Amino acid sequence: MSKNVSMKYALDWTTILYFVVLVLMGWISIYGASYNFDQAGLLDWDQRAGKQFVWILTAFAIAGMLLLVDYKMYSFFAYFIYAFTIILLIVTIFVAPDIKGSRSWLVIGPVSFQPAELAKMATSLALARFMSSYNYKLKNWNDLLPLGMFLLLPFSLIILQNETGSALVFIAFLLMLYREGMNGIILMLVVLAIFLFVIVIRFSMYPIALHQGSWGFAMGMGFILAIQLVYAFFVSRHRKEAGIVLLGSIIAVGIASLANIWYVINFNYVGIAVVLLSSIYWIFVALFSRHKQFWMIALISFSSVLFCYSADYLFEKVLEPHQQIRIKVLLSMEDDLSGAGYNVNQSKIAIGSGGFWGKGFLNGTQTKLKYVPEQDTDFIFCTVGEEHGFWGSTLVLVIFWLLLMRIIRIAERQRESFNRIYAYCVASILFFHLMINIGMVLGIMPVIGIPLPFFSYGGSSLWGFTVLLFILLRLDASRLERLR
Amino acid sequence: MINDSLQNRQRTIAIIITVVIVIYILRLFSIQILETRYKEGADSNAFLKKTLYPPRGLLFDRHRTLLVYNKPAYDITFIIREIHDLDTLSFCRALHIDKAYFLKKMGEIKDRRKNLGYSTYTPQIFMTQLGIEDIATIQQSMYKYPGFYIQNRTLREYAFPNAAHVLGNIGEVTQRRIEKDGYYKSGDYAGRDGIEYTYEKALRGEKGMEILLRDARGRIQGKYENGKNDIPAKAGHNLMLTLDMKLQVLAEELMVGKVGSVVAIEPKTGEILVMVSNPSFNPAILVGRQRSKNYLSLLRDPTKPLMNRATQAQYSPGSSFKPLQALVCQQMGGISENTYFSCNGPQSSPIRCTHHHGSPVSLLSAIEQSCNPYFWNAYKATIEKDGYGEKNLVFRTNYDEWVDRMKSFGLGEKFIDGDLYEQSRGYIPTQKFYNKVYKAVTGWRAITIRSNSIGQGEVLVTPLQLANSMAAIANQGYYITPHLLRTDSLRKKIHQVKVDKEYFPIVFEGMSRVFESGTARGSRIDSIAMCGKTGTVQNNHGKDHALFVGFAPRENPKIAVAIVVENAGFGSTYAAPIFSLMAELYLTGKITREELKLRISTLVTNADVKKR
Repeated sequence: MSKNVSMKYALDWTTILYFVVLVLMGWISIYGASYNFDQAGLLDWDQRAGKQFVWILTAFAIAGMLLLVDYKMYSFFAYFIYAFTIILLIVTIFVAPDIKGSRSWLVIGPVSFQPAELAKMATSLALARFMSSYNYKLKNWNDLLPLGMFLLLPFSLIILQNETGSALVFIAFLLMLYREGMNGIILMLVVLAIFLFVIVIRFSMYPIALHQGSWGFAMGMGFILAIQLVYAFFVSRHRKEAGIVLLGSIIAVGIASLANIWYVINFNYVGIAVVLLSSIYWIFVALFSRHKQFWMIALISFSSVLFCYSADYLFEKVLEPHQQIRIKVLLSMEDDLSGAGYNVNQSKIAIGSGGFWGKGFLNGTQTKLKYVPEQDTDFIFCTVGEEHGFWGSTLVLVIFWLLLMRIIRIAERQRESFNRIYAYCVASILFFHLMINIGMVLGIMPVIGIPLPFFSYGGSSLWGFTVLLFILLRLDASRLERLR
Repeated sequence: MINDSLQNRQRTIAIIITVVIVIYILRLFSIQILETRYKEGADSNAFLKKTLYPPRGLLFDRHRTLLVYNKPAYDITFIIREIHDLDTLSFCRALHIDKAYFLKKMGEIKDRRKNLGYSTYTPQIFMTQLGIEDIATIQQSMYKYPGFYIQNRTLREYAFPNAAHVLGNIGEVTQRRIEKDGYYKSGDYAGRDGIEYTYEKALRGEKGMEILLRDARGRIQGKYENGKNDIPAKAGHNLMLTLDMKLQVLAEELMVGKVGSVVAIEPKTGEILVMVSNPSFNPAILVGRQRSKNYLSLLRDPTKPLMNRATQAQYSPGSSFKPLQALVCQQMGGISENTYFSCNGPQSSPIRCTHHHGSPVSLLSAIEQSCNPYFWNAYKATIEKDGYGEKNLVFRTNYDEWVDRMKSFGLGEKFIDGDLYEQSRGYIPTQKFYNKVYKAVTGWRAITIRSNSIGQGEVLVTPLQLANSMAAIANQGYYITPHLLRTDSLRKKIHQVKVDKEYFPIVFEGMSRVFESGTARGSRIDSIAMCGKTGTVQNNHGKDHALFVGFAPRENPKIAVAIVVENAGFGSTYAAPIFSLMAELYLTGKITREELKLRISTLVTNADVKKR
């Protein structure tokens, strides 16, 4: 009894408030999105809003139950839950029916459930347990390998279920790892890789001349060179060396351009040569000046060259055609408004037509008339944008921002690393979903089908995020118990 | 346990999250507030702007007899984007077309060069002007062909198979017309020729618009805001024409088997009572699906039924020019009613006389007997009264005066203040013209242009102009621009003729005598005092054209007529009876001479003219 009383004070009610507000806004948006002109009430069981209401009630029940569980149980059963989830994922591959190419749904009677939603929570718990163990060190190779396994196992299983979107969510853990001591360069390298990939792919369709390389590759090489120069000039202040590299590069490109008059020069190779030569130069600088960071610069340059060189290959051979098209549409390389670009275009139309104040609740023509596909699941944000306009959409983003900031605050006030790591997992996953989903709806991220937390229609995802969040709240509530 | 060195990283993470969210808010700002194209996109998505076509105005004759009205018709339209799983074969079968036609039509519609307004989002017209019988089959199975719609339209229906040239017809607008007038869209109908063309703006009314909500699959979900923003179609104005349909029907009947035209005008008002051009056609054949086929066959017909001879054909007026000549020559002082000239009959020089009468002749008998030498002498006396030759200033002034006074009867120019479509100018030869032709060689004077005196030579008139000149004579000095619409505004356009009133009685008397004892005596009827003049005009295309001009009754004339029967022979035989019968019907309301009517209407002067 005393425990329950303390819970009342220990629970982070602010987070619960954000949660409830988001869920209710989501519910109203689903009602708006699935509204028909001959629509019945908000609680009609046959309509999606009515069903979502049931999911919401059950989610609240689940949340309550999670709070009743002793906080130690989560840490204690972390590996069991993880193992159970992995088995569930494996089973799903074999028993799940094929729904639009994806085999990720377990169907039990009238209820279908997506174990991938559970995997995020399970992996978070397992990682938190593993990384909070007594002598764990992130820099230790022996510890890094199991860490990788924890991530790779569910990732590959979800890929096998053909749910690429849900699998990509595991990239989110990088943010948590960064907080736990991973070198920040890795985050930057991810950003660099994405950037290089985008420019190489985006501009590879513009050749400098026939068989003479592409502008995309040239820009990639130029960008790597620019990183070297900016680092040398502004950060390590090797200004003379930076000047030499710049001059050398200009001379090299100049000679190549002159030679172009007599010979057919492939400028891709000129670019590679320039970057490789400059990298070798930096290695010499590193040797003589004992400025070790230049080793890193050279290494990054080498791997970037390799990455750029294989970007086309990655794009065409690793990605599936529909994924390629989604990226091409995003980069405005293709303007297929009736095909691959249809969703995003319609989504932008719906949001854009909302204006500042929106068209008003249930007055959105685009969503009512079903122009946006998946508008109550992945594209639910369109309804907000169309019916509640700029202020409504901004309000939703602000509430998400407040929630994320709150979770970071909760994370940082934990005394147990298990709790903190888990909290960062929650923040990372929510943030990744938010970033990808809304970015996709706004046409600045490729179309990756993952739901908007608490908003999108569906029991699995709502339960999944509820469980994720309320385990955190239960863990957080324990911080006072521990003090006593 | 708190890991101090890494605690700062919470700030980095918070910044990353904040930056992403701020970028998203900026993006929202850009697409929701800065850019307008998404709003337009939303409108074109969700709102199906359905055109409401107004009923076209009806046409009535002067006695409120309904001439042209509307019957329902249907267009098959489609929106490319909404077509899916089309069973072309069953679609074609339901529309009674073959697949080749379907493919050809689709190809034409999708060809942006031919169809500038093509878009996959907007309704395109697949077939137009279908009757209820054409769409009966497909109407029930329309749900099988998503993306295809039936659009209600109206077609013209004609109460009479007559007056095709006056009424004109309706066809799909041409690309040029769409470019000129933004009102039209590809596939719209507009008036072509005649009244339908001239009064297109009044007749067409104004298109309306209905805004419907259309969902992503193209299904209509109802009216937008319950039709608050709909624009109702405004019906076209009904027009009352000046035609007397009963008289028009009679005139067309009498012209059967002949090539030529009849124009009748009410002199006091300038209202055109009858306008016949033969060969003609039933206007109803230029309606609906058969339109283009029928139009083509009319176009290829060597007798040119599409041409409105009443306004477009130009003839030498021949002897029907003599009353005008008599008036102008008197006015200019060349002759008076007491002027006599001798006539040597067929031996006359330089123009021989085709009639037999005493000599010398007075003006009166010259009109009555249509004496050529008299009018030659009168013409010469008029334009050469103070000198001759084109170098002579007085001669030139006199000639110009003659031209000017002739033109004041409405000759040589189009009627620009009326409502008649496609007129020819006719021609009253100018000094300049003769200077160009003769100056370099021989010079010119009255003898050179003597044919003008008897309405041959370079003088050209249209039947409409001829009828109008009769109206001017009937009015004794003025005419009102001939027109087809009964409105007050046109009545006011009075044109004074440049011949004084005192010169008319003798011409009246002469033209009256034409019926009493002259060339048209065979067509006289006791009940009506008629005035007229026959004409038998030589031409390069075979037999003479038979002409007749006249008005009736002599006192207070009610109808002025010009009749041309091409390549028929004597005007007295072929044209005068038509006038006589028309005048009788118009003035007494009945025909007493059925056998004359039968004889004229069965008379065939051109075997090529198709019987309707």
